[in-house]
Amino acid sequence: MQLTNRELWTLIHGMGLGALFLLAFGGGLAGFYSLRPEWLTTAGIRERIARLDVGTVVMAVVAWLTVITGTWIVYPWYRARPPEGATELEAYPRYFLLANEHLAGWHEFGMEWKEHVAWIAPYLATAVAFGAVYYGRRLAYEPAVRRLLMWVFIAAFAVAGIAGLFGALITKAAPIL
Amino acid sequence: MVVNTERVDITVTEREIVTSGEVPTALPDGPLAAVLLAAGIGAFALGLITTIAEASAGFRDRLVLNAGVGPLSGKTIWATVIFVVAWAVLAARLRNRDGLLRSATTIFVVLTVLGLLGTFPIFFQAFAPE
Repeated sequence: MQLTNRELWTLIHGMGLGALFLLAFGGGLAGFYSLRPEWLTTAGIRERIARLDVGTVVMAVVAWLTVITGTWIVYPWYRARPPEGATELEAYPRYFLLANEHLAGWHEFGMEWKEHVAWIAPYLATAVAFGAVYYGRRLAYEPAVRRLLMWVFIAAFAVAGIAGLFGALITKAAPIL
Repeated sequence: MVVNTERVDITVTEREIVTSGEVPTALPDGPLAAVLLAAGIGAFALGLITTIAEASAGFRDRLVLNAGVGPLSGKTIWATVIFVVAWAVLAARLRNRDGLLRSATTIFVVLTVLGLLGTFPIFFQAFAPE
């Protein structure tokens, strides 16, 4: 039982960073939602803010690492061009998908959307992390800012979710070998 | 029937109350407006570059900064450079400004939606030459 270098990197990109992203999002969202002075003591706000800062900063860092590894390490294997006249295309996912009429949509729509839209997630996640760290404990007393950051946070997650979902489905149709 | 008759003592302590002296002072919203606008500008730039690259083969070729990654290398690097530069410039200009968040949020939402549209295949592929 072993993993090839390519399998290891697709695992790091998709499952390792993906799981971290999900965890950070869950923690961050719970932090934003519950950060209300009427629900918390002073010590409670301090504790929530520390957790919120960690959750949002980790999510931003993970978002950057996911798009960087995806674009610069995994994607070149996906779009590698097969040798002239090759008929066995399983090792060349992009060309394998395009060569099969019933699979071409996974590239023409799925991959084309995923590879571009994913890069919006780190911009949004960075804005949220900056906002959370900048406002600190004051965020508990700024409900409009807290709600705004929470919705941008959810948008960052939704955008990354589109990319993650298509990544998983495309890998099912044409895995990187 | 077994009845639990164990006596339990419950101590009620006074809840710590947040006093006005412990509430952190208000901060100008300029720095948050700056990063939100930069994120919107970055997203819009990515959508715009993606759409122009689809329409023009010459522009697409110039975006190939790495042969393995192809045009996506230029699209993502340039959009990220635009995001970072926009953030730096806006952060310097809006550092001490306040009361900008409402208008900044509106601009951010519009730019981000346009960015999402520009990165949506059915939209940008409509600009591909026949």
